[in-house]
Amino acid sequence: MKTLEDLRNIRETLKVTLATRDRMGDSPVKKHIMCCGGTGCTSSKSKQIYKNFVDEIKKAGLENEIQVVLTGCFGLCAMGPIVIVYPEETFYSMVKPEDVAEIVSEHLVNGRLVHRLLYKDKAHESHEVPKLGDTDFYRKQKRVALRNCGHIDPENIDEYIAYDGYEALAKCLFELTPQQVIDTVSQSGLRGRGGGGFPTGMKWQFAKNTQNIVKYVCCNADEGDPGAFMDRSVLEGDPHAVIEAMIIAGYAIGSNQGYVYVRAEYPIAVQRLSVAIGQAREYGLLGNDILGSGFAFDIDIRLGAGAFVCGEETALMTSIEGNRGEPRPRPPFPAVKGLFGKPTLLNNVETYANIPQIILKGADWFASMGTEKSKGTKVFALGGKITNTGLVEVPMGTTLREIIEEIGGGIPGGKKFKAAQTGGPSGGCIPASLIDTPIDYDNLISIGSMMGSGGLIVMDEDTCMVDIAKFFLEFTVDESCGKCTPCRIGTKRLLEILEKITSGKGEPEDIDRLTELCRYIKDNALCGLGQTAPNPVLSTLRYFKDEYIAHINDKRCPAGVCKKLITYKITDACKGCTLCARKCPVGAISGSVREKHFIDTKTCIKCGVCMENCKFGAIIKE
Amino acid sequence: MPKTKLTTVTFNGTPEQEAALRAELEAIKTLDGPLMPAMQKAQEIYGYLPIEVQKIVAEELNVPLEKVFGIATFYAQFNLNPAGKYPIGVCLGTACYVKGSGEVLARFEKELGISQSECTADGKYSLVATRCIGCCGLAPVATVGQEVYGKITPDDVPAILAKHGN
Repeated sequence: MKTLEDLRNIRETLKVTLATRDRMGDSPVKKHIMCCGGTGCTSSKSKQIYKNFVDEIKKAGLENEIQVVLTGCFGLCAMGPIVIVYPEETFYSMVKPEDVAEIVSEHLVNGRLVHRLLYKDKAHESHEVPKLGDTDFYRKQKRVALRNCGHIDPENIDEYIAYDGYEALAKCLFELTPQQVIDTVSQSGLRGRGGGGFPTGMKWQFAKNTQNIVKYVCCNADEGDPGAFMDRSVLEGDPHAVIEAMIIAGYAIGSNQGYVYVRAEYPIAVQRLSVAIGQAREYGLLGNDILGSGFAFDIDIRLGAGAFVCGEETALMTSIEGNRGEPRPRPPFPAVKGLFGKPTLLNNVETYANIPQIILKGADWFASMGTEKSKGTKVFALGGKITNTGLVEVPMGTTLREIIEEIGGGIPGGKKFKAAQTGGPSGGCIPASLIDTPIDYDNLISIGSMMGSGGLIVMDEDTCMVDIAKFFLEFTVDESCGKCTPCRIGTKRLLEILEKITSGKGEPEDIDRLTELCRYIKDNALCGLGQTAPNPVLSTLRYFKDEYIAHINDKRCPAGVCKKLITYKITDACKGCTLCARKCPVGAISGSVREKHFIDTKTCIKCGVCMENCKFGAIIKE
Repeated sequence: MPKTKLTTVTFNGTPEQEAALRAELEAIKTLDGPLMPAMQKAQEIYGYLPIEVQKIVAEELNVPLEKVFGIATFYAQFNLNPAGKYPIGVCLGTACYVKGSGEVLARFEKELGISQSECTADGKYSLVATRCIGCCGLAPVATVGQEVYGKITPDDVPAILAKHGN
């Protein structure tokens, strides 16, 4: 059990050590080595890198002067595993376990940078950027929800406390009434980061206004969009921020029990969150009489079991209750009748991660970032055809161009930007013509997409928009829970029409059929999953109708993706090296040595192996 | 959504496993909404959720077996079939499919007497159809455990099976 004074003592004591990491002056611990322990870097052996650092530093006898920390995600997943050395802030990328000895002997012992491992900013023609904060990727970011990710040891509550952790909770418990807490959240303008963008303060107010002895606070960590990993990174890198926010929410609405529903596919996040909850209990920050205030709150973790629909709030609660995760009609809304039939407040991970700082720094500070109706920052998971795959946090209102070209490092291979997909299977695409749209909730809705949880998939000229719509529909059909007819049958019919079009059997009427069916599903499906499922079709139809028409009328796939609509050809550049003929899995290529080869289009399965292997660029598809 | 067919593999849970599960369920019972954690624990102990295990869960938590079964078939992560000692994957990616992996899969099904997503009664082989595993040049491809077999015909199937498990 700790008191507020204990927490402040921990903070003061640790500040001495952390001075190195914060570049705030001298400290007995002269260097901090930060190894990324996010999911991406972990799968490229970053735990081994961490262990090697500990061993090598011990061997060099420097264990009292150098601290090694396994952190959460730094965000630049494409360049992982990442190692940062403080106080210099040296940024090593794509480090291998066998590189550790060299970093220790050269950099840590002899003070010479290991140049071959330094991060090189692609925008500056392979120019070395030794410092993390100087890279294009980080410079333009504004890290609020991710502020501690990559900067603290997520499994050490003291480090979280050192960076003002649980100070917001103390402020709420001892200085603010529950209504004042909610007013602060309302005034900040924070809106739900899970996708819908509902004003968070209003949600809290509804839950507070419903009178009941038992209420629940839930955290939605069932992040299921393909290509989205914002919430995972927050839980992996800064789990206490979410815990602290949930306690604050409990205090504000009058609840004593919280649940985090997290997908079982995130083992590292689950483990770090469990550790964090254990530490918070040990410190008396969860349990009875928190910090001697008399307020009681505890949190339990519930694991998902692989159902996308459980990210929908009513399905999530149905699943926690121990049922098939099927949504239920609203109203009644969760704030009135939610988990176990009790009033329930449900927010997503990133929303919670913003709360402690809003309380500490004030509503005005938060509201000073962003656009008129969308305040603060948003975390995006950048993926697809982009150089810097990873996690970025930018103020609301940042344009797509800034995110893609400046932070994301542009599109690899000199290809042309075609569109970006936001909001995953519920969202839509933003075409190149709208690349300067400031991204916020309302702008995205008005151009037919939605914020979604923050997945941002970049597509270049080689991407077929009809195929993308089909991909998302395949996902939705697979994940539809089957409870309501419009979604269960409607999405299946949509997919069938798209399959028909991409296989060259489309008819002109199909476009009208698609549009009509989409509208019907949107208007009639029970939950958000069904209501938004047609969005990928509608938005690609809106901006790329010509591609649908090319597939239907000309039986042609302009991007060269839909296999049934393309043919491979060998041009006169062929030198007759026979490589393609040998590589072809179906023996569709014939020709003599040193003579131009031919592809038998009837036998060809369009796998593209020949084109990939041709050294003379003599094979084209059209 | 997942398969609903019950496994034909003989249930060979040990008394120790059952004791462990019942002991865990004692604690889990007290939770609000205990069913999902109970079934996750059961799958952790047994590796899958055969009907025998579902019955234990239903009995201990005092809920109808239908409800347990309903949940087991709703969520993708609950398995009604065990993974065999030799898990077989047949690639049904386009390249493999065109080169006849469908027939290869059919031959595996015939030889083993099971359908895809099932396990043989002796627990030896389980069979799944996979998406493209990325070695289209070897099409059609099947995998047994970590081992990859390329350019196979249905007639190669008996020899592959014989190599594993005899």
